[in-house]
Amino acid sequence: MADKISLRVAYGEALVEQGAKNNNIVVLDADLSNATMTNAFAKAYPGRFFNFGIAEANMVCAAAGMAHSGLIPFVSTFALFGAGRAYEMIRNSVSYVGANVKFGLSHSGLCVGEDGGSHQSIEDIALMRVLPGMTIFVPCDPIETKKAVAAALEIDGPVFIRVARPVCDNITQADTPFIPGKANVMRSGNDVAIIATGLMIPEALTAAEALEREGVSAAVVNMHTIKPIDEDCILQMANTCKAVVTVEEHSVIGGLGSAVAEVMAGKSNAGFARIGIQDKFGRSGKPAKLFEAYGLTSGNIVGTCKALLR
Amino acid sequence: MNIAQQQDKAKALRADIVKMLYHAQSGHPGGSLSCLEILMALYYNVAKVDPKNPKWPERDRIVLSKGHACPALYAVLADKGYFPREDLWNLRQFGSHLQGHPDMQKTPGVDVNSGSLGQGVSIAVGLALGAKYKQESHKVYAIVGDGEIQEGLVWEAAMSAAHYKLDNLTVILDNNGLQIDGSNDEVMSIGDPVEKFKAFGFECILVEDGHNTQAIVEALNRPVSGKPKFICCKTHKGNGVSFMTDQAGWHGKAPNEEQYLEALKELGVVVNG
Repeated sequence: MADKISLRVAYGEALVEQGAKNNNIVVLDADLSNATMTNAFAKAYPGRFFNFGIAEANMVCAAAGMAHSGLIPFVSTFALFGAGRAYEMIRNSVSYVGANVKFGLSHSGLCVGEDGGSHQSIEDIALMRVLPGMTIFVPCDPIETKKAVAAALEIDGPVFIRVARPVCDNITQADTPFIPGKANVMRSGNDVAIIATGLMIPEALTAAEALEREGVSAAVVNMHTIKPIDEDCILQMANTCKAVVTVEEHSVIGGLGSAVAEVMAGKSNAGFARIGIQDKFGRSGKPAKLFEAYGLTSGNIVGTCKALLR
Repeated sequence: MNIAQQQDKAKALRADIVKMLYHAQSGHPGGSLSCLEILMALYYNVAKVDPKNPKWPERDRIVLSKGHACPALYAVLADKGYFPREDLWNLRQFGSHLQGHPDMQKTPGVDVNSGSLGQGVSIAVGLALGAKYKQESHKVYAIVGDGEIQEGLVWEAAMSAAHYKLDNLTVILDNNGLQIDGSNDEVMSIGDPVEKFKAFGFECILVEDGHNTQAIVEALNRPVSGKPKFICCKTHKGNGVSFMTDQAGWHGKAPNEEQYLEALKELGVVVNG
């Protein structure tokens, strides 16, 4: 795999690769196949690609019907229109019955950039996390995106894969394990544990290096699975380190930070802070500028860790 | 079954529906009584089903999208032998497999969960697409309410059914004219559903008497090719029980003991407990 591709391109490539091995895989899109990158699958397997037009609710319920027929539908659109607009369809037609539907929802978080707050999904993890039986993967690079698609196929039930838009470097290796519900400790440390997910992993790693230069030992955990969350790893970090900081490109309400807080509550005396979008909407701008404005930077992680350790 | 036998069967099933709701002391009699003949046309006459093998892969799929009318579905399924008739009296009770709205994971013979209005039609589109993709010959039937077609999702589903030329899909409208807050026209006019579905690319059939099982069977059996089918059945809410007939107030209300006994008397059923 070329190093510099976007997660969505990796998602599209993964569908083509998996599609070659399993005829039951079908891909559904809602007029965004050139953005979700399912166009690669549509080209490779035109008879297995179903465009539903700009009608996400119907796409989700139809996917449930296709799953009841023994197919494995990958529903692809922007996170806001999948997890958001079609929420109750995902709840009642998919999650409530445990239908084997996979959601590859792209353009999540602030990294949509210029499109602005109306298109920046900062609540999709929260919405999906309250659904019983839903598995949630937030891959951090192209390699992990492909592993998430493969892992989703091993699960008999609904899976949400959060596919970020930007082109990014691979920070995991081909042989890095991707076990659903098992976090990857990317760096060990015993002063503070930075638990991050998705695009925030590189920021967390940069922050840990900066902290080390200042004599602070920081662990970095890649929480690629938000549900089921790796409770053992969280508690181990909370017991070894003096503080835990979560970092996500999502609202701090209901996402990774909340999930980690729920695990630690009553079980840990470690300091704790959540970095993410602080209960506000996004806005237009270059992704890097937005990350800076909303505190999704290594600098803010460093400052937050140091404040907790003081 | 001949016509007289079908009518007797309808009366007995209506009595079961009223009894279920009386025991549950909640549920939806009006819409259950209005769609009964549609279900009978399917389960006793047209649809390929096997009560001994509810998950038979070649069975026709029946989606009661207006899931609140499930007492009618449960009465029919019990009569067909999917589960014991005695189960009916536990409708909506804790531990019963008969949920307030259809649940495919709990009730033998229920093909799809439904009740969140509009979603059943859309799931039926997926089932029909799945059958086409897998080159399976079974058919898919979706029963919708007329209030339900106020949901935009129904029209998203209709659009996609025509786009994908789903001639293995039939959408059947239980057109009783009433919904919770009053008549369709008072609440939100639905216009002429036949013209609307025609405009969406369906082959449309109007059944003037939606309580004439034979007429529904004929409409179901009429062949179509290259497009989905829509059957509008003109029905009466609460049909078969005089004081419930055409009364919006009986949408979601259970009968008390006096009403229950009165209904059974009208249906010619002797109460034995």
